[in-house]
Amino acid sequence: MEVVGAVEALHHRSRRRRRFFEASTPYWLIAPIVAAIGLVLGYPLYWLVRLSLEHYGLFELIRHAGPYIGLHNYGSVLHDSIFWHTLLRTVIFTAVNVAATIVIGMLIALLLRQVSAWVRILLTSGLVLVWSMPVVVAAQIWIWMTNYQNGVVNYVLAQLHLSRTQHDWYASTFSQLSMVTLLIVWGALPFVVITLYAGLAQVPGELVEAASVDGAPPWRVFFDITLPILRPILLILTSLSIIWDFGVFTQPYLLIGQAKTQPGNFLMSTYLFEEGYFKTDFGRGAAISILMLVMVAILSVVYVRKMVRIGEEVA
Amino acid sequence: MKRWGWNALGLAVFVVMVFPVFWMMSTAFKPDDKITSLTPTWFPLHPTLSHFGAAIHKPYFWQDVKNSVIIVVVTVAISIVLAFLAAVAVARYRFTGRKAFIVLVIGIQMLPQAGLIIPLYVALARYHQTNTLTGVIITYMTFVLPFSVWTLRGFLIGIPKELEEAAMVDGSTRLGVFVKILLPLMAPGLVATSVFAFITSWNEYIFARVLLNDQGKQTATVWLSYFLGTSRNTDWGGLMAASTLTAIPVVIFFLLVQRRIAFGLTAGAVKG
Repeated sequence: MEVVGAVEALHHRSRRRRRFFEASTPYWLIAPIVAAIGLVLGYPLYWLVRLSLEHYGLFELIRHAGPYIGLHNYGSVLHDSIFWHTLLRTVIFTAVNVAATIVIGMLIALLLRQVSAWVRILLTSGLVLVWSMPVVVAAQIWIWMTNYQNGVVNYVLAQLHLSRTQHDWYASTFSQLSMVTLLIVWGALPFVVITLYAGLAQVPGELVEAASVDGAPPWRVFFDITLPILRPILLILTSLSIIWDFGVFTQPYLLIGQAKTQPGNFLMSTYLFEEGYFKTDFGRGAAISILMLVMVAILSVVYVRKMVRIGEEVA
Repeated sequence: MKRWGWNALGLAVFVVMVFPVFWMMSTAFKPDDKITSLTPTWFPLHPTLSHFGAAIHKPYFWQDVKNSVIIVVVTVAISIVLAFLAAVAVARYRFTGRKAFIVLVIGIQMLPQAGLIIPLYVALARYHQTNTLTGVIITYMTFVLPFSVWTLRGFLIGIPKELEEAAMVDGSTRLGVFVKILLPLMAPGLVATSVFAFITSWNEYIFARVLLNDQGKQTATVWLSYFLGTSRNTDWGGLMAASTLTAIPVVIFFLLVQRRIAFGLTAGAVKG
């Protein structure tokens, strides 16, 4: 009897231990990555907050310590008219880029449904090729194509009598940022088009047909049937594009170039780079970074919430 | 509009979109006098490899390609292991804190890289890790880790849990199930995620640009961005040959995995 009792107790204990182990498994699985993220991101973010409250320049970087100056960095940034101009410029720039990307992307996706199969395959392959281009490479191609001396863009426009030869595309701020926009939209289109085209396949053909038979013009079909079905995808693509374009760095930095980057053509990221890193005023740069991260966090709410809901699913 | 009209429009869009890539390759193969001529030659009728030769013999090309390979391989190897474990947790278990973890993984991916350069630079400088490959690897983990968790989770969701449960009933241990069932089924997902992580790391510019100062320690993208330098007579042919060389590994890998990965960012919103 005692033996049976002991065995049962043992069973009970091992079961309990196993249950404990089962319950703790997911924590063991995420522990390494949480530790890694804490190290590579959490620790720097702690420094970001600290730096923003300190006077931290090159001298302090070498000494590894800077004096605490409270909110002075934030005050300095928020009283800087360059910051406000840059913010306004970035908001307009983002709006233009996102609108262009989504509208043109939508048009090309709709076009893909109208063309013959061979054109569709050709165009889709071309888009994937463009999609695969590294941003740094794309920027070099743009520099070459828009070069004022013998760039192909000037040649073609001159042949079409649209522009004089040797036009300098980087002479004015507006023109510089327009070139950046072209580069960004060109690079972003493949992802948007292919995603929207996949979404269009979800639109029930019978519905469109029925509407056409009833005499609805194509634009009514688009706005009343297609668009509502695409709404969730468009929402995600738009919020992703806003987040990306607001924080874009490589394209403006490489295309406009270090030499020509100046307060008149700053975007948030290039402003941050010049003020914080290039001038080695890390404290002030940290304050700008935090302001920028907070803005992006607010912009991300829609996207993150949507994706988290998708992530709720467990198989 | 008739079908041929749409087709013509489709072809026009194709030409405009693909032209920059075509122009890069066309320029890379053309002799110098054809490149600088005011009337451009569209196709390299007398192709030359001299620009490619000049590009790969430029100082630090091979060194910087090697640096890129080291950084990318180490980043991806560490990240995939850590991310796979976490993806199993998120895709297979319900636990307290799961939602917070998902918010963390998705939220981090939205952080603009420009906003992170200053804290990363200063934090790494404290441990003398600026201008080292280790430092760059650490910064690359900030975007490869969350991306890999999310992508692998998507692949895991697609594998029915019943397979694992059946094996458990047959007496396999958890570890046995993991090694014999989950790992082989996940192989394509692991490969695709690694390749995509490889591409994003290879293409990265800003962290490498900020952290690596020595020409011999830079990555391929930074090397390319300095190609033009400040010389007056720009070597366009060399620049385009170098661009082609930088893009080739990415293009090949991208074409291999595009179908599998493309919808990771919009997963769930597009069912297809």
